[in-house]
Amino acid sequence: MTVLGEFALWAALLLGLWCVAIAFTNQWQHRPELSRSVIRSVYAISGCLLVASIALWKGLVSHDFNIEYVASYTSRNLPPYYIFSAFWAGQKGSLLFWGVVLSLFASAAQLLTPRRYAHLMPYVAGVTSAVIAFFVCVMIFAANPFERLGFTPADGRGLNPQLQNVGMVIHPPMLYLGYISITIPFAFAVAALLSRRLDVGWIHAIRKWTLLSWLFLSIGITLGMWWAYVELGWGGYWAWDPVENASFLPWLTMTAFLHSVMIQEKRGMLKRWNFGLIIGTFLLSIFGTFITRSGVIASVHSFTQSNVGYFFLAFLVVACILAFTLLYTRWSLLQAEVQLESVVSREAAFLFNNLLFVGIAFSVLWGTLFPILSELIKGSKITVGPPFFNRVNIPLGLLLLALTGIGPLIAWRKASTANLRRQFIAPVTLGLMTLVALLSIGVRDFYALMAFALGGFVAGTIIQEFYRGVRARRRMHGESFPAALGRLIARNRRRYGGYIVHAGILIYFVAFAGMAFKQEKEATLKPGESVEMRSAFGHTYTFTHVGISQYEALNRIVSAATVEVREDGRQPRLMTSEKRQHVDSFKRPTFEPSTEVAIRSTVQEDLYIVFAGAVNGTEEAVYRFNLNPLVWWVWFGGLVLVVGGLVTMWPGAGPVFSGTRPKNVEGYQVAVAGAGER
Amino acid sequence: MRGSRESLGRRQFLRHLTFAAAPLAGLQGVQDSLTGKGATGTLRDPSAVGRPRQPTDPKENDAELQAIEQRLACTCGCTLDIFTCRTTDFSCTYSPALHREVVALRDEGKTAREIIDTFVAKYGEKALMAPKPQGFNLWGYLLPGAAITAAGVALVAVLRRREAVAAASSPSEAPAVPPVAASPDEMERLRRALAEVED
Repeated sequence: MTVLGEFALWAALLLGLWCVAIAFTNQWQHRPELSRSVIRSVYAISGCLLVASIALWKGLVSHDFNIEYVASYTSRNLPPYYIFSAFWAGQKGSLLFWGVVLSLFASAAQLLTPRRYAHLMPYVAGVTSAVIAFFVCVMIFAANPFERLGFTPADGRGLNPQLQNVGMVIHPPMLYLGYISITIPFAFAVAALLSRRLDVGWIHAIRKWTLLSWLFLSIGITLGMWWAYVELGWGGYWAWDPVENASFLPWLTMTAFLHSVMIQEKRGMLKRWNFGLIIGTFLLSIFGTFITRSGVIASVHSFTQSNVGYFFLAFLVVACILAFTLLYTRWSLLQAEVQLESVVSREAAFLFNNLLFVGIAFSVLWGTLFPILSELIKGSKITVGPPFFNRVNIPLGLLLLALTGIGPLIAWRKASTANLRRQFIAPVTLGLMTLVALLSIGVRDFYALMAFALGGFVAGTIIQEFYRGVRARRRMHGESFPAALGRLIARNRRRYGGYIVHAGILIYFVAFAGMAFKQEKEATLKPGESVEMRSAFGHTYTFTHVGISQYEALNRIVSAATVEVREDGRQPRLMTSEKRQHVDSFKRPTFEPSTEVAIRSTVQEDLYIVFAGAVNGTEEAVYRFNLNPLVWWVWFGGLVLVVGGLVTMWPGAGPVFSGTRPKNVEGYQVAVAGAGER
Repeated sequence: MRGSRESLGRRQFLRHLTFAAAPLAGLQGVQDSLTGKGATGTLRDPSAVGRPRQPTDPKENDAELQAIEQRLACTCGCTLDIFTCRTTDFSCTYSPALHREVVALRDEGKTAREIIDTFVAKYGEKALMAPKPQGFNLWGYLLPGAAITAAGVALVAVLRRREAVAAASSPSEAPAVPPVAASPDEMERLRRALAEVED
């Protein structure tokens, strides 16, 4: 099967090169059969990469330890679902995963894009094939997943224990799907530039793709946070690690694009900016891979490092030069159709929102690269960790949160003072009430106060928007409240789905602020001994060490430390944190012992218990106890965000207006009370 | 084909059997809690719990000590601070040693600032979780905010200028079409239409 897999990779490479050569030499414009050939090549590449993937999976499932990748990431006693996910657990497999998913997305784009965009599709095929060909090249020449060993080990090394978690079965593919699907909007943008068809057509063609990619990135990042929280055991979910930052960067620019594209659709403005954002997002997704793979910056994800990073750097530089040169050559064709009329308008709010998104992206990128710059310029190594990122980014994040509430309250084109007063009074009141309430109960952490107060303001905005929409429908159609709410969302999915996403973001911020009040305590306890902690919500927890038991499971020896937890003197419950020594099928240890955290999550706070180790081989246990407020809301916020994203991209929620609005409209005007206020 | 299915079934059966038997194997082990070693029993396999630990000192929960350690980077290359590393990565031997250094310096009566300065003098600036905001490092702290502020100010200036230009040119560009009063029915239809297209 490995021969077949390698053959499939070579076939995919040759097909990709054929596709690129035909697509970019424009020969297809005069010869329809070449155009068809380009499109069919995309499907053929998918077929080849599917064959290669099946070959690798076959090797994994059949424990063919003569394949270096199989021996490095699996063992005979690895649970079946982790054998499945071992496909993307290592460098080589994840490159193949990237290639095959991109080829499937490229095929889906060719199949699903309406015929009216046929003039773009050969270029789209060319761009996607170029990216796939690059990945296949890296696999063939630097990271071959089918590489064989000179001998066949009796058992494999097994999967890194930290990757033996359900979060790691789902999180990397989700993140990859986000990264990979960005290629499709990028391909359409390049196709629009090459074909000089620079109207909003390409934007309509990629709308679902951008939302899909944003949604996958959002899910991937949230699942990554969840995995870090439950698996790494440090008690938090975001550490500003370079690899975390790398996933956050394209999310930021993609979110900026999702906002600014509305301005182009509605008002014919920001065309150059939108092209720049899509190109930038694609480049950042490649940059993320470069950071992850090259090891130029120290990261806790260093297990993925290898020399392929420099392939990505070369690709990044070439893609950057080609894409921005192309944009430059079309610069004069990308004039705005209308000018912005007022600083106090929805368009201006969107511009500031974009400025902040891109500014935060720059700030994160700057912080990530600053150690390299410092070493280059000063010659001294420095660490840029969470204190740096928090100091720089928290104020920017709060400004963004404020704009999340401000933007929807300002009218398009130009807002009057009366309009502003009417729109802002309720949300601002709610924000101030939140602030006063928190101050009165003794909350003094400045950033937490700001986050909660702004959260109140944004919540006020969202509630007001829904309330007014529902009230208007009830007045016009006489509907019941649930029916009006349902139809309001169904008829304006993009707008109200967007508000649901805003609600998710607001919940995230509030939950993040909760961590300002986390508490942690280390304790060494003999069986029967207790330690007490009081949480930010005023609950008193008594943790009593019960004992440590050891037993063997499928591929590990488990040492389970059990703690009896009593909240405010109520009925106790047991929580168990584990140390796991993974072993191969010959009972030989494979990795350092890993820790499984015990977590009990409530809407108020999480109890987070880490069994740090045993004292001199006895049942006397060292623990770290954390009380983490509001963590449940991070996952809930992620769910709300995904629901909002799904509502927004549900079929039928297409753009409602496209093209240029003429400045002077023939006909008559109607004096509508309150027109222009929304 | 049929034969292979049967073979697979047997394998699955054996796998299930292994899953079922694994906890039993654990129960049959020799560990017996609270046997013969004073207040605590011994573990059957102490090596499976990782590096042997020493009992923690209650003063290690001191918030000031934790705050100092959270500002100092572990030197093992993990990118974590000393406190997080020593309470998370239990295979790391650097962070416990660094922790002992911090405790020793504190016991000598040094302040947080002095402890941090001692670490910087000994390990270099990379011992800090965030570089000091001075010299070249100021670029790191100030550039993002300054760039956003400058871009924001420029944006407002451009928008104001365009606003002024639009206001100056609007009388000549505005259509000389007088507003027409609409009937309530027309108004209702218009409102509905607006509600449909509003996005």
